[in-house]
Amino acid sequence: MTKTAPGIRRRSLLAASAALPLAAPHVRAQPAAVKIGIIQPVTGALAQDGEHGRLGAEIAINEINRTGGIKALGGAQIQMVFGDARSTPEGGVAEVERMQGEGVAAIVGRFASPICLATTQAASRYDIPYIVDVGVSDQIVTRGLKNTFRFAPGFGTVTRTALDNLVAINEAAGKPAQTAVIVHEDGLFGSGMARLLNTQLPERGFRVLETIAHPTPSRDMSNVALRIRALQPDLIIPSSYYGEFVLLARTMQQQRIRPKVGIYAVLNGAASNFRFVREFPDAANHIMDCNHWADPRKPKTAEVRAAAEATGRFWLYNIPLNYSCVRLLADAIERAGSTDRVKIIEALAASTFADHIMPYGPTKFENGQNMGARPVNTQVQGGDIKLIFPREFADAQPVFPAA
Amino acid sequence: MSALRPYAAILAVLAVLAVLPVVFTSGTMQNFLIFTLIVALAGQGWNLLGGYGGQFSFGHASFFGTGAYAIAILQERLGLNPWLALPIAIGLGALVGAVIGTLAFRARLRGSYFALVTLAFAEVFRIVANVLPVTGGAAGILIRLNVDPLNFQFADRAAFHWLTLLFLGAVMLLVRALERGRFGARLVAVRENEDAARALGVDVLRVKIAAITLSGAITAAAGCLYAQKFLYLDAMIAYGPWISVEALLAPIIGGLGTVFGPVLGAFVLHGIGELTKTWIATLTGGALPGVDLVLFGVLLIITVGFAPRGILGLLPRLRVRAA
Amino acid sequence: MYSPEILLTAVLNGLMTGSVYALIALGLTLVYGVLHIINFAHGATLTAAMFAVYVLHGAAGLDPYVAMIVTVPGLFALGYAVQRLVIGPASHGDDGNILLVTLGLAIIIENALLAWFRSDTRSIDVPYGFSVIEVGTLFLSLPRVIAVFGVLLVALLLWLFLARSTTGQAIRAVAKEKTGAALVGIDVGHIYAVTFGLGAACLAVAASLLMPTFLVNPRIGNAFVLVAFTIVVLGGMGSIPGALLGGLFIGVVESLSGLFMGESLGQIGIFLIFILVLLIRPTGLFGAKA
Repeated sequence: MTKTAPGIRRRSLLAASAALPLAAPHVRAQPAAVKIGIIQPVTGALAQDGEHGRLGAEIAINEINRTGGIKALGGAQIQMVFGDARSTPEGGVAEVERMQGEGVAAIVGRFASPICLATTQAASRYDIPYIVDVGVSDQIVTRGLKNTFRFAPGFGTVTRTALDNLVAINEAAGKPAQTAVIVHEDGLFGSGMARLLNTQLPERGFRVLETIAHPTPSRDMSNVALRIRALQPDLIIPSSYYGEFVLLARTMQQQRIRPKVGIYAVLNGAASNFRFVREFPDAANHIMDCNHWADPRKPKTAEVRAAAEATGRFWLYNIPLNYSCVRLLADAIERAGSTDRVKIIEALAASTFADHIMPYGPTKFENGQNMGARPVNTQVQGGDIKLIFPREFADAQPVFPAA
Repeated sequence: MSALRPYAAILAVLAVLAVLPVVFTSGTMQNFLIFTLIVALAGQGWNLLGGYGGQFSFGHASFFGTGAYAIAILQERLGLNPWLALPIAIGLGALVGAVIGTLAFRARLRGSYFALVTLAFAEVFRIVANVLPVTGGAAGILIRLNVDPLNFQFADRAAFHWLTLLFLGAVMLLVRALERGRFGARLVAVRENEDAARALGVDVLRVKIAAITLSGAITAAAGCLYAQKFLYLDAMIAYGPWISVEALLAPIIGGLGTVFGPVLGAFVLHGIGELTKTWIATLTGGALPGVDLVLFGVLLIITVGFAPRGILGLLPRLRVRAA
Repeated sequence: MYSPEILLTAVLNGLMTGSVYALIALGLTLVYGVLHIINFAHGATLTAAMFAVYVLHGAAGLDPYVAMIVTVPGLFALGYAVQRLVIGPASHGDDGNILLVTLGLAIIIENALLAWFRSDTRSIDVPYGFSVIEVGTLFLSLPRVIAVFGVLLVALLLWLFLARSTTGQAIRAVAKEKTGAALVGIDVGHIYAVTFGLGAACLAVAASLLMPTFLVNPRIGNAFVLVAFTIVVLGGMGSIPGALLGGLFIGVVESLSGLFMGESLGQIGIFLIFILVLLIRPTGLFGAKA
């Protein structure tokens, strides 16, 4: 509570200072503001992701406006039109319609895949360029919608990379890990991930001892922990949202259950969340995660992180991703030299934008998917989240086996 | 002429609703209207059983979801045209209604017990739909975008509006006809006093089962329209508690056991919802999530406090005519 | 397929989880038994109580168990006031309206908490959070064992209060025959509000018992509502021993069906039992009279 209060004050201050130029007696006419739609679920089940996504977009918009706006449009400021997707498809579609009514040039946002599927479809009817921040389902970009772009990697890429990285880390350590138990939430995200893992782990020489699904929310993870104890796997691979993973990690610590080699999470809601690391440093220590993460080598990353933490929020991957998506969009509008949607779509399709803070390299869209996008491996080490793989981005060595 | 009189008010309301998409051309407004009409239709289904029959269900999601999943699965998995799938889906909704009704009413469940058993059925459907391969499991089922009226997908939102209205209108006329006929009288008798109704020779069990079957069919139709409008379903959308709540809120707010109640209630609820959302969003710039819903909750309680018999209950003349 | 040791642990886990379910159901069944309403705000009230424990721990450094000194009277007063000032007047005694009012309250509480605390999932770290009691090869979580005894104590106190105290007798009188009770001079409105307050106070205890090992976010109460309804029905609506036994029973059923059918599908076990009980013996498994 005490943490969010300054955030609100700060935001209203920012809003006030942004409004200031309009009130000042400027002689030169200001060019019309460019409206950008930001759609995130800030109420309902996915509110935590939505709120951090929104914060990332805000930081980017403030930065662009502070440094001269869209130069190709005479320094036009970017105006955010925010929509709460309410974590439901009809809520998302309703917001797209509202954005259309407000005349936005493009939309950035939407976290959950089901909502994403519905909203991108709605946006395609108006040719609104739509940059998806992270919807994991690959259906988003395989439906041939010309207006839809996904900046982050999808399911397929994440799983493949996660396992390639695991094989590399495992081999470097002398192959201590051979068996795994998969724990996943039973929604689209976790179940889809588990299916991919189940086919790909054996191909890479791992034995899947069991796949355990659990609902969100779960009231108790004791039985999951119990089964893990009976199975004694080398690795636990969890794909769950924040609360359930925290419960599992705490229960395991209490029951003194330790996988022989470690916990290797994929797109986990908690393993890359500083709240978890701060609140339960012991339970969190040495957990690995293959996830979206900002590039620690880029100087801009520290700047965005400082801006985010100044609002009292924890540094979640949604922030750098949405920051990067908005910057990517601004770059496309800059090159299109217009707010014409078709031109922006063309500019996005031809984008080589590299000034983002993700570890991706230059942007290159193929059928709307950013081909350079890839997840990286993080590990909780001594109360901090470190990037451990691939080596060219890493700021720490993996601790493997972690037990 | 006099045979048409009881239907005149319904036709007038339908005419007004039909003009709306011509007056309001913005996509936001038209989308709002379609969604509200779908909720109103689901509410009509609930109202037949809950309002006229006095059997409060907390689980109309069972019917809504069955209709929605059926139309989606029949066209995506079996390649059936959605127009052909529609009657099958509605029929399945009726079947689910008949089965749940037979089980629950044979066991003489009433009041809270009936409400809770319907809730439990809906939860079972939701859990099963989330793991079955045929429903797409957790990934849900996506109806392919193929805009063509022959395909039950319309480029023009107004067309979908009128189609939804056609369903709603047909149901309203049907409900009015039932209300004036023997079935309606028996249903109300069951609501008012089951034992008295039985003493008068009403087959209470049969009346209740007939009501829940029809109720299931109507709410399944609403599910079909939802599926064709948003083209995506998962277990939470189709069988989640949200639609059970929507379906009962609309008639209770509007006026229980009246033809217009569900429609009025749906418009008032969603109107208030949209207004508070827009108003709070402009006031705070969306920086305070949830405040609009707090306001919505307050307004909901105030509405109930001031209009205990629904909004229609505030208009005594209309109530007399409707009854 | 599982060793006896694992089965035993699963049963014990179920009993420990089930005891907290029982406490949550206790508040619900009490309100149902007296006011004959299904309180949809029960889950949101639990969430509010959990946040109260969280704040008292964070801001005042109060241990979750000590926090009960504040939260139990606080929630009792809140419940009393809400019934007296909001639910009673707004619902006009009509079932459908009570439903809407409690639903409205649930929406208000949940979203006010969202606006205030934001959506993050929070937990508190207490020194004994990871303590265990070792029984042979089993590790029993200390806070969860405490929870079992806490629940038994609350149930006993509540039962004694209803059986022995004057207010308790008045509550039972109102539950049996409202008009008759009013005729002999019992203030029915007051008794309703006291009952509602007691229901909320049960949640305050549940919140303190949960927080050392659980977590809180603005939606967490929803996770317990359906299961609490199930228990209330199983135990017979309005029955305190029924809620207690029902809670323990459901806890074990959930634990075992989770173990054998998987956590996701395992949830079905609860609802199927629920439906079967309703269809075959709607007065509840544990013998409460209708």
